[in-house]
Amino acid sequence: MNTETQKRALLVMGCPQVPVQTPAVIHISYKLKGEGYKPVIAGTPAANMIIKFSDPKGYYAGELKNLDSEIAKITEEEESYDLCFVFIHNDSGIAYAATMNEILECEIIPVIFGKEAEELSIMAGFSSRLISAEAVHNPKPLISDIDRVMKWAV
Amino acid sequence: MGCIEKMPYEVLLRNVSFGECRDYQKKHYKELYEVKPGHKIFDVYIIGIPPVYIALDGDDVIFPYTKPCHGTFLLKINNPEEAAKIRKT
Repeated sequence: MNTETQKRALLVMGCPQVPVQTPAVIHISYKLKGEGYKPVIAGTPAANMIIKFSDPKGYYAGELKNLDSEIAKITEEEESYDLCFVFIHNDSGIAYAATMNEILECEIIPVIFGKEAEELSIMAGFSSRLISAEAVHNPKPLISDIDRVMKWAV
Repeated sequence: MGCIEKMPYEVLLRNVSFGECRDYQKKHYKELYEVKPGHKIFDVYIIGIPPVYIALDGDDVIFPYTKPCHGTFLLKINNPEEAAKIRKT
């Protein structure tokens, strides 16, 4: 667990090719801030750019980090988090979620979306809480499932 | 790919699922080493769903390499030092 006073949550983004990922990341980040977490978003350079230009002043999104560098930091420098969300819309996303589940000690919550959401959800059996919706362009079904699972206090 | 990109690597499979890579390793190689996701090989960390394997064929190191946008690649790199390191651990 993280020893700092403020709890930290890591949001691991996948390839940004499915449009609903960005609003889902920003929504969770915004809600986490309301819950007292410091959100840290890690992704590919392209995924990070989309967040950066969607929320230029960082009102909703937290700190942005390079995904590969963050994995190195967790593995080699024992960087820790209190909660981790992994955004999944393909087989790679499942591989990243399984990896985060191995290298982090906190709860991993898969956020599954896209056309193959149902099949991918079956592969994410390591998690007790799972967010899933067959959303591609319209984020509403995914946001609804995020709020249903997370039961935000704020 | 960091330093892997600068090495003479061969792509055995590209844009496949992690499971397809594992099946290929098990079918084509006898010397398999199970590692945990996050295991460091060369300068990268293996991203994958357990069980994750590194296969060795002499000095050839065969391992999965996953990227968020491109699926998983199965790479083969001839590297006696890395092969010896894997056999030791």
